Amino acid sequence: MAIEHLRRLAGGASREIWAFDAVLPGGALERLVLRRDPPGHQVHSSRRDEFALLAAAHAAGLRVPRVRWCEEDAAVLGSPFFVMDFVAGETLARRLLRDAEYAPARAALPGQLATALAGIHALDARAPELAFLPRPPADATPAAAELARHEQLYRAVTLDPHPALELALRWLAAAPPAPHAETLVHGDFRIGNVIFGPEGLRAVLDWELAHVGDPLEDLGWLCVRAWRFGADARPVGGLCQREEFFAAYARAGGTPVDPAAVRWWEVFGNLKWAIICVMQARSFVDGVRSVELASLGRRVAEMELELLELTEA
Amino acid sequence: MQDRPSVRELLDAVRAFLEEDVVPALEGPRQFHARVAANVLAIVGRELAGEEASLLAEWQRLALVLGEDASAPPARLEALRAAVRDATAALGERIRRGDADAEPFRAAARSHVRATVEDKLRVANPRFVRS
Repeated sequence: MAIEHLRRLAGGASREIWAFDAVLPGGALERLVLRRDPPGHQVHSSRRDEFALLAAAHAAGLRVPRVRWCEEDAAVLGSPFFVMDFVAGETLARRLLRDAEYAPARAALPGQLATALAGIHALDARAPELAFLPRPPADATPAAAELARHEQLYRAVTLDPHPALELALRWLAAAPPAPHAETLVHGDFRIGNVIFGPEGLRAVLDWELAHVGDPLEDLGWLCVRAWRFGADARPVGGLCQREEFFAAYARAGGTPVDPAAVRWWEVFGNLKWAIICVMQARSFVDGVRSVELASLGRRVAEMELELLELTEA
Repeated sequence: MQDRPSVRELLDAVRAFLEEDVVPALEGPRQFHARVAANVLAIVGRELAGEEASLLAEWQRLALVLGEDASAPPARLEALRAAVRDATAALGERIRRGDADAEPFRAAARSHVRATVEDKLRVANPRFVRS
């Protein structure tokens, strides 16, 4: 077998993504993608787990790249990796939201994303091969547990006092929603994490934050302002109105939607993204040389303003 | 006193170089990082232009919200920065204790926090603040 056209794809700060063509004996050609941990990088998720999730999602008929093989022995390529089918298409959200070429995708995606999300939430999170998934503690709701975990993270890393984030923490702590269901949660479901073509959705990527929890967490995260890339008139990923998306999710067999609970998760999502930016700024100040990490510290104010507006009522 | 070009002019020269020469010559992640770098320089320029006035207004608002004497702000910039930081930490503590759950402190705290967040955005990303 020969490897041709090996090239590194953009995207993935904590993960390397390489595309290549495998030329099989006999001449058949397979377009593949290798995903691996950067050698020497501190990694908090395992390639084996992501491989198992993608395999389960593919077996259930969801639009994900078909996974081919997984190698956990770092001796082979310097760090663990897995290989999956190459899915052609675009991942730049700004192109999706602005280019004329993607107008049909903009029309199709609300329904396709809702169907994909309903499918993810219908996967069997109790299947033995998914036993690795983080689960909420027995003594707390997913909402209360996630809030407590992120508040702790924030307090451990923040360099500056953030009264706007304190206001949001109080608002969230006052009424965490009780879950209507406990399912697999994708954990990072947004338009920057899918492959699309002019016709619409081709694959859902970036499963490494998957866990068991409240499915409405994924709906709230999809509404976070940062993932609208400026198209703020359409709150769901810059694509459509919340009500339209909830209806499409229900039609696709999704779990019951309580708009107030999704709202809670949207506020939580904005807080979570703010905390992630605080953590990135902290990494930079602690010595990780990256102009991107440095700049993220100054994005916290965007989420602070959004949090003030969402919690005004 | 330093000679011209001024700090602002020097920053603009480097930013223009990044935007006009470097960004088009790169691709992929490095092009993205060059764009981010140019944006960071723009942030620095805006911060230099307005920091002292903005800090002074913030210090006065904080003193009012926290019920402290607002008549004598620290004269030196470094001391002013430290005073704003301490007062902001104190406000954060009071919010955490629940003082801003009810009026009248709620409205006073939120109005100050909003003004401060908008000040930060006028430096970090002016287009984000709805007029």
